[in-house]
Amino acid sequence: MGALGDIVVCSQGVAVIRVGVIGAGKMGLSHLAILGAHPDVEVVGVCDSMGYLLDVLEKYTGLRKFSDSADLFDQHPDAVLIATPSASHVVLVRDALDRGIHVFCEKPLTLTAAESAMLADAATDARLVTQVGYHNRFVGTFREVKRLLDLHAIGRVSHVLAEAYGPVVLRPKGETWRSRKTAGGGALYDYAAHPLDLLCWYLGEPETVTGTVLGRDFSAEADDEVYGTLRYADDASAQLSVNWSDESYRKMSTKMTLWGERGKIIADRQECEIYFRDTAEVPDGYRVGWNSINTTTLTPSVWYYLRGEEYSAQIDHFVRSVAAAKTGSPALEPVNDFASAAATDRLIERFARGPSTDEPRHVAAPAARPDRRLFTRARRRTR
Amino acid sequence: MTLDRLLLGDNQFFGVNHMSEERAHASALRFQDTSAIIEVIDDAVEAGVRSFMCTTHERIGEVCDHVREHPADYPGFAFLPCMPYAHKYANAVTELGMMGALRSFLPDEGFMNAALRGGRSLAGKDIEGLITLLVDAEMKMFHGLATPVVFLQNIVVDLLLGLRFDAAFSIFAEHVRSRYGAEPGFITMNLPMAVDALERAGIDDPIVCSNMNKLAFRVSGGMHAYDDVLATREFRPVAMSVFASGAIPPREALTWVRERPQIRSVVFGASTPQHIRATVEIAEELWGAEVLSPR
Repeated sequence: MGALGDIVVCSQGVAVIRVGVIGAGKMGLSHLAILGAHPDVEVVGVCDSMGYLLDVLEKYTGLRKFSDSADLFDQHPDAVLIATPSASHVVLVRDALDRGIHVFCEKPLTLTAAESAMLADAATDARLVTQVGYHNRFVGTFREVKRLLDLHAIGRVSHVLAEAYGPVVLRPKGETWRSRKTAGGGALYDYAAHPLDLLCWYLGEPETVTGTVLGRDFSAEADDEVYGTLRYADDASAQLSVNWSDESYRKMSTKMTLWGERGKIIADRQECEIYFRDTAEVPDGYRVGWNSINTTTLTPSVWYYLRGEEYSAQIDHFVRSVAAAKTGSPALEPVNDFASAAATDRLIERFARGPSTDEPRHVAAPAARPDRRLFTRARRRTR
Repeated sequence: MTLDRLLLGDNQFFGVNHMSEERAHASALRFQDTSAIIEVIDDAVEAGVRSFMCTTHERIGEVCDHVREHPADYPGFAFLPCMPYAHKYANAVTELGMMGALRSFLPDEGFMNAALRGGRSLAGKDIEGLITLLVDAEMKMFHGLATPVVFLQNIVVDLLLGLRFDAAFSIFAEHVRSRYGAEPGFITMNLPMAVDALERAGIDDPIVCSNMNKLAFRVSGGMHAYDDVLATREFRPVAMSVFASGAIPPREALTWVRERPQIRSVVFGASTPQHIRATVEIAEELWGAEVLSPR
């Protein structure tokens, strides 16, 4: 299945890929565990400013710790995985690329479209493997939507409703970088980034973004709700509806509804429901009228499961891409490379700032200098 | 201890369905009131089910209160707590950061503060203290109730597996045994890897609960690898997701389990008396009346 071909999970022994991890927060630890469980990966070490957590890991697991990313880079890893607060990505990624290291970076790639484009160009010039953690592109149901769109199964798409809801910020007080917009926090960067990335994947980049609302429920320094209308070159439109202060959801729930001239698709992480009009060219395995296909059927099992097949599958894809580069084998079809993530970042930025032609908007916080304190040493030492 | 053949699970009460968000939402609505949860437990008890494998969701605390208040209605009834309730922590980590979240869940703020102040390290004895304090915080709601097995949830077990943090398993096992007189149990989505790690951690004949089903749904590495572990390794397997969230009809699913005699118990998630009775009847047919033998 799948336009991208099956995700073959776990390559087994082509080459040992040495990977360093920067950032041991929620995502960093999860990636660290997935890398640790990958038979082709040797984890070189982990770098974070939280000394106590690394001390524990070092003592009990023998993992090498670094407090400075430059020291980790000095170990000459094949690749690094960067899962630090978003504002620090640009400096760390640039340093890694300059040293010829392949990079997996958590999303969003950077907080400005210009910086993301710069990194994408640098990676292309250096012929390095890059990937960004937009894991929905590895979710079986969302991949099936892409496959059906590529087959023109529902004809021309006229409208998409892209939604994400979840229970993240439910109190006025936020204590982490995720509650500060200037650090890359807020529902736009954290939540809306996902449905916006799926929109980019399905429809490309829009011509206009209007009616943007960055609303606040609880956060003092960032947005909790994001709404807006996107219009595309072929008269398609989309609406974004995102709210991370909705505790009626047990966890993050992303849903895409697509209306086409010959049918309709509703997809979330669990299932994909497709309605084909009798005018549709119905693909194999489907029929006219309602079809329901779920993750059980669409998702290949992975060699190691932590919190969803997609997290393991995306890391495996990156590892295999790096292995191909290292051994001179044919390159894998990129998924979520920097160029793709830069397009998503451009779209995010249009929500954050809005195009010049827009009507008046609500904006949650003024732009300010990103907080780069954490990793400035690495930059100094490498320049 | 002997594990019951059938263990009632609690995913259905808290809006967990691996196949459909709509069904998950419908069940969250239906079990909005804890009394609706208790009704299903009562149906299960009436059908002869005696073990409730549950998360440490705060609403389970209300179920515990009810059972404590009506002991005569629940003879031989046991809770098999599964901790921690992961979303509670995950959301807190997003909101408060890693250390902020830990601090918010520990009963004694002084511990974390002292650990962070006293040195830059939580290493050594401190990590034991931290794990045991977290377990104690989660066990509070079960005070005075039978908890013959205490499970560590898969998100934690599998994270520790990936990090190769074997020592945490032995710390957990030791604490659960000594403090609660209970057997440690481990839930995992990676059975072969878990059995290896638990062996390295020196835990004999561990109770390990994992997805096992005819469709190999979320059976990491494939059912072949699981069958191999079942046939060759010393542990007490508990099967979950045997119906693959409803994708496999009950009889077919349980017949498949019956073909694997090593599997001691099945966790099932029925939410109506009919479902419960149907599951129990099929199990009795397959395993004989011993399926519900009194403990």
